Amino acid sequence: MIDQELKVSLGVDSIRDDFPALHQEVYGRKLIYFDNGATAQKPQTVIDSINHYYSKENANIHRGVHFLSQQATDKYEQARRTIQSYINAPREEEIIFTKGTTDGINLVAFAFGETLHEGDEIIISAMEHHSNIVPWQMVCERKGCQLKVIPINEKGELKMEAFKELISERTRLVSITHVSNTLGTINPVKEIIEIAHKNGAKVLLDGAQSIQHMKVDMQELDCDFYAFSGHKVFGPTGVGVLYGKKEILDSMPPYQGGGDMIEKVTFEKTTYNVLPFKFEAGTPNIAGGICLAKSFEYLEKLDITLVEQYERHLVEYAEEKLLKIPGMRIIGTADNKTSVVSFVIEGLHPFDIGTLLDKQGIAVRTGHHCTQPIMEEFGIPGTVRASFAFYNTTEEIDTFIQALERSINMLQ
Amino acid sequence: MTLEEKQKEIIDEFAVYDDWMDKYEYIIELGKDLPIIDEALKTNDRIIEGCQSKVWLDSKFEDGVMKFTADSDAIIAKGIIGLLIRVLNNEKPESIATCDLHFINEIGLQEHLSPTRANGLASMVQKMKLSALKAISN
Ligand SMILES: Cc1ncc(COP(=O)(O)O)c(C=O)c1O
Repeated sequence: MIDQELKVSLGVDSIRDDFPALHQEVYGRKLIYFDNGATAQKPQTVIDSINHYYSKENANIHRGVHFLSQQATDKYEQARRTIQSYINAPREEEIIFTKGTTDGINLVAFAFGETLHEGDEIIISAMEHHSNIVPWQMVCERKGCQLKVIPINEKGELKMEAFKELISERTRLVSITHVSNTLGTINPVKEIIEIAHKNGAKVLLDGAQSIQHMKVDMQELDCDFYAFSGHKVFGPTGVGVLYGKKEILDSMPPYQGGGDMIEKVTFEKTTYNVLPFKFEAGTPNIAGGICLAKSFEYLEKLDITLVEQYERHLVEYAEEKLLKIPGMRIIGTADNKTSVVSFVIEGLHPFDIGTLLDKQGIAVRTGHHCTQPIMEEFGIPGTVRASFAFYNTTEEIDTFIQALERSINMLQ
Repeated sequence: MTLEEKQKEIIDEFAVYDDWMDKYEYIIELGKDLPIIDEALKTNDRIIEGCQSKVWLDSKFEDGVMKFTADSDAIIAKGIIGLLIRVLNNEKPESIATCDLHFINEIGLQEHLSPTRANGLASMVQKMKLSALKAISN
């Protein structure tokens, strides 16, 4: 049994013991958490580190002469290096702490956006999260740039031929999700990056749904920017990372002004600090940064290729079972996909299904998942989405399928 | 029956269910009694658009009382609307505008009426109260 073998090799049972949130009841039933795409649960080490930070280590960083401040500064900067090493970024100053993916994309949209001119083009795709659409619309409005959208096919894959036609010497930036939060599609980002670079365009990858599921290596990918959220990688909310290539970050003006980001302030002229501080105005989420490093330390201990295989297996297992249900339509059937199963059932509203699953202890998400253009593309109001993490099991999927069948019976 | 008595009746009906799924089974049943809005009245100005399910609501002031009809594309939403209309239908606008719909909390459906849930039901209650206020001022 491939299933059991993978599960044992990865150590899923002991992994589950590390995540206290998985062991509870809701509405009198065992919780099954299939909403990992929205946010992931946290291992005990991350939770403990938050408690420890505020119990013993709390101090402001980068400016104190005292012991606690120095210690917090060291830990915060060490966290930066832990993340740098995990994603194999060449330099530590290329790791900018943000509030999350949305914040990282907005940073680039503003600061890189300042270097754009009328007539310049930005390419995104039809499967982007609203946070990788709206900031670019705002840049286009501000700068007179054009937004171009790569269409998707009926399986939920990018139409690469269309991309090759859209890109030109006018393209300054391609901003694409690495993995779709609604469809699970893994985009061919290496190819996109190569094509973009040949045309002199930079590439931002929205890594909100990829870093927790696969190996991401900045030097191998060669992307120019990569943004992700801490809370989706088993870390705290309110913290995230933007990776950017040093020479590009250096060429961009600051995003926000304030403390920490300056070198010298006078009323005549202010000069800015070096990277990464130029983009980190104000007191950052210190606990967030330090504790996010703990989730990468946790991930380091797992074999990420096994995680990938196991999660793919979960998706295939779930899809096979789901397809036996009459009226089932899976939205997002890309050849290369992971961790997400979105579906609709003919004649039934996703909200009804989600509500009844919830009452049976199963957390899924329903609606448009902040990707309204995808819903329009598929002609549906929304989907039910189950999104998995490495602590989920095929046994949980069996229970989910039973609960789903019961819900359908009630609604029909 | 007074508005208060209707709330009490619903609370009693729900008291027999201690399992959530049974409760919802009953809500789905109740959706079938909902006074359905005329197809012709399903116009854009009668839609209460939430993030998830769509709700149509029509209100009329007739013979001194309010009359509501509604529909939704989601079955559970229909059941909950059915409950709200059962309580508020044929009531004087004054009682509707000032009533406290405590039965929702007591039968454990408050999650659906929370404004952040964005499924249209919270705005539906608001719309019913506003139409009652309008009837009073006219
Ligand atoms: C693909 C994608 N991009 C961006 C985001 C936004 O992430 P956050 O809300 O953490 O900034 C999400 C979160 O749902 C996402 O799935």
